[in-house]
Amino acid sequence: MSNQNDTEKPSGKQEYNITVYTENQIGLLNRIAIIFTRRKINIHSLNTSPSEIESIHRFNIVVQETEDVVRKLSRQIEKQVEVLKVYFNTNEDVIWQELALYKVPTDIIAEKASVERLLRENGARAVVIRKDYTVFETTGHREETDALIKILQPFGLIEFVRSARVAIIKHSDGFNRKLREFEKAEPGEEVAENEYLNNGQKIFTM
Amino acid sequence: METEQQVLGNPTGVETIEVSGSVALLEALITEGTDVIFGYPGGAIMPIYDALYDYKEKLNHILVRHEQGGIHAGQGFARTSGKVGVVFATSGPGATNLVTGLADAMIDSTPLVCITGQVFAHLLGTDAFQETDVINITTPVTKWNYQITDATEIPEVISKAFYIARSGRPGPVLIDITKNAQIQKFDYSGYTPCNHIRSYRPKPLIRKEYITQAAELINQAKKPFIIWGQGVILGEAELEFKAFVEKSGIPSAWTILGAGAIPTDHPLNVGMLGMHGNYGPNVLTNECDVLIAIGMRFDDRVTGRLDKYAKQAKVIHLDIDPSEIDKNVQTTVPVWGDCKETIPALTELIQQKEHTEWLQKFRDFDKKEIEAVIHNELHPASGELTMGEVIHQLNELTKGEAVIVTDVGQHQMVACRYAKLNNTRSNVTSGGLGTMGFALPAAIGAKFGAPNRTVVAVIGDGGFQMTIQELGTIMQSGIDVKILILNNRFLGMVRQWQELFNEHRYSFVDIASPDFVAVAAAYGIKGRSISEREDITTALQEMLNNKGSFLLEVMVTKENNVFPMVPQGCSVSEIRLK
Repeated sequence: MSNQNDTEKPSGKQEYNITVYTENQIGLLNRIAIIFTRRKINIHSLNTSPSEIESIHRFNIVVQETEDVVRKLSRQIEKQVEVLKVYFNTNEDVIWQELALYKVPTDIIAEKASVERLLRENGARAVVIRKDYTVFETTGHREETDALIKILQPFGLIEFVRSARVAIIKHSDGFNRKLREFEKAEPGEEVAENEYLNNGQKIFTM
Repeated sequence: METEQQVLGNPTGVETIEVSGSVALLEALITEGTDVIFGYPGGAIMPIYDALYDYKEKLNHILVRHEQGGIHAGQGFARTSGKVGVVFATSGPGATNLVTGLADAMIDSTPLVCITGQVFAHLLGTDAFQETDVINITTPVTKWNYQITDATEIPEVISKAFYIARSGRPGPVLIDITKNAQIQKFDYSGYTPCNHIRSYRPKPLIRKEYITQAAELINQAKKPFIIWGQGVILGEAELEFKAFVEKSGIPSAWTILGAGAIPTDHPLNVGMLGMHGNYGPNVLTNECDVLIAIGMRFDDRVTGRLDKYAKQAKVIHLDIDPSEIDKNVQTTVPVWGDCKETIPALTELIQQKEHTEWLQKFRDFDKKEIEAVIHNELHPASGELTMGEVIHQLNELTKGEAVIVTDVGQHQMVACRYAKLNNTRSNVTSGGLGTMGFALPAAIGAKFGAPNRTVVAVIGDGGFQMTIQELGTIMQSGIDVKILILNNRFLGMVRQWQELFNEHRYSFVDIASPDFVAVAAAYGIKGRSISEREDITTALQEMLNNKGSFLLEVMVTKENNVFPMVPQGCSVSEIRLK
């Protein structure tokens, strides 16, 4: 993952969320990853997990690139045999979250911090409270999860971990209907293919 | 999915026979129409070879001398026959020797199914003898790959492999089969070819509006220009393409992989594109008003400097692979789809036209090129032999009916420029990857793919030595391949660049060769070496008339350059004649 400073944004580049629906296939992660590495493009965040549809997996990939590059990447990904569909969206087009866990020493945090206020102000909750340590959890954008690190640092933050980003596409109608079309030998016109000229500004489809 | 497939494959639902994974594989190959396999045995693929022993009558296995030779032969076979080439190799080094051929087939869209043996499944990841991670090594150079560890997977996976290799934009598929799966017996219920994979759309949906828009642009165009590539051949759309060209009256030029889709001497065929292509097609790319690209991918060797490529033109791009649209050149109208369907749809909507004046412009450039380059290349009055005159004489004798297989370098450019091709699937060359050593094994495969045609492998002295061991394959299989070595005692193309761009600093391009005729003789192949102009015709005639393979070495001038040339980093309109 990247340790690149997010504020350094070369002209034209911005964060894109690439959503990939795939079959659950060994080796596919590598097939997708090398599309980025071949072009020396860093994957900032990668999440892969089962989707709402059985046997279909969903990837969320975040990269910092220009639209032109992201469109080409998306087409190369969609070209892979076991990839069903690829969408790419800017941050404005998605609702996204990252989950973070923070481990702190229970004695210090209980003694020195107003735990209740701290949790409320940061939208966090305690997942585990033990004598020796406590684990807080929060979800949010990068800045929000970062903010809690800073707050907990003085209280002896022991360990921190953040998940990859997951994102919901605002304009999306989901994938169920599309999948039913894919399962037919002759898909109907509704399967959005070859219409990027009409729809290029909205959701990328092929 | 799996149970569904099995039911489909066995409608009665009861009759099964117990077979090994190896037998299931060979049955699958037979059902797919495979008649020749290029391969090399080894430890991890022994069960398949043991099964093959009983299939000698049905499957013709050609023992090659190196797995790279095997896969290039498979490519040659696929290119002339239009069928899927099948290649066998063992695990480890056998499989890694396929990588160059896979990369070549990937970039040139050649349909292949490669079967590699793999160590027992329980040994995977233990650094077992001859174990390599073939799936991960080959992922970037295959359209699809899959590792089988259980014999029951074999029928379904092989059917997918063939379907994926040949459909849509074709490409190489590699199936790695662990030794236990080859041995394992299972209840086999027959083989059903695959015709649908839900996550795979081989042909994008054709949208009528784009066809209409494209036709409008073509009908309004004053200086339209067609550039076509191998897509026309892969889509088996040669007749549809010819009808389109003839109705539109548009001058048409080809990439080297597209050569032969319409005959060389067709009145609207204006020649070759790219770095060593013809003068007119390169210069006029930057003058046309509508550029119609069909089944080609705007390779950098075709476009030269991209930011100065056809900027004045509206671009119509017909391609079956959506990722090619806008990849290198921004398209005005993208016509996604199988050109077998899109071209006739377009032909229907365009007006019958003649672009006489515009076509004449190409012919005027031809005159300049003939004067400055072609005449001296094809008809030198004195001095040492040129590559061009040898190809020219070959044309005279074959009348353009032969399959020309070329290696990589100067001779390749000369052969592609000057070879007369009357038929499609007649030009077999390593275009995208530029693989030296391709021609000799590819010619072997090409002959198996087109047994009734004369196959001439035009090879340089450098490339020939890269896969020279395949002379053994020729000897043992008795295949009839004519080998024409154009020997300039240099790695000529690199030398040309060193002369033009590195101030004559000839760094390691001076290559010594053995006595090729004696080498051929050692393999029982007749041969002859010539260096005199008056011998060219008789020697070529002797080669073509010989029953069986023949090696003809022609000693050509050492320091000849291929022109015209678009120097790297220059625009196509900056093409140089000298």
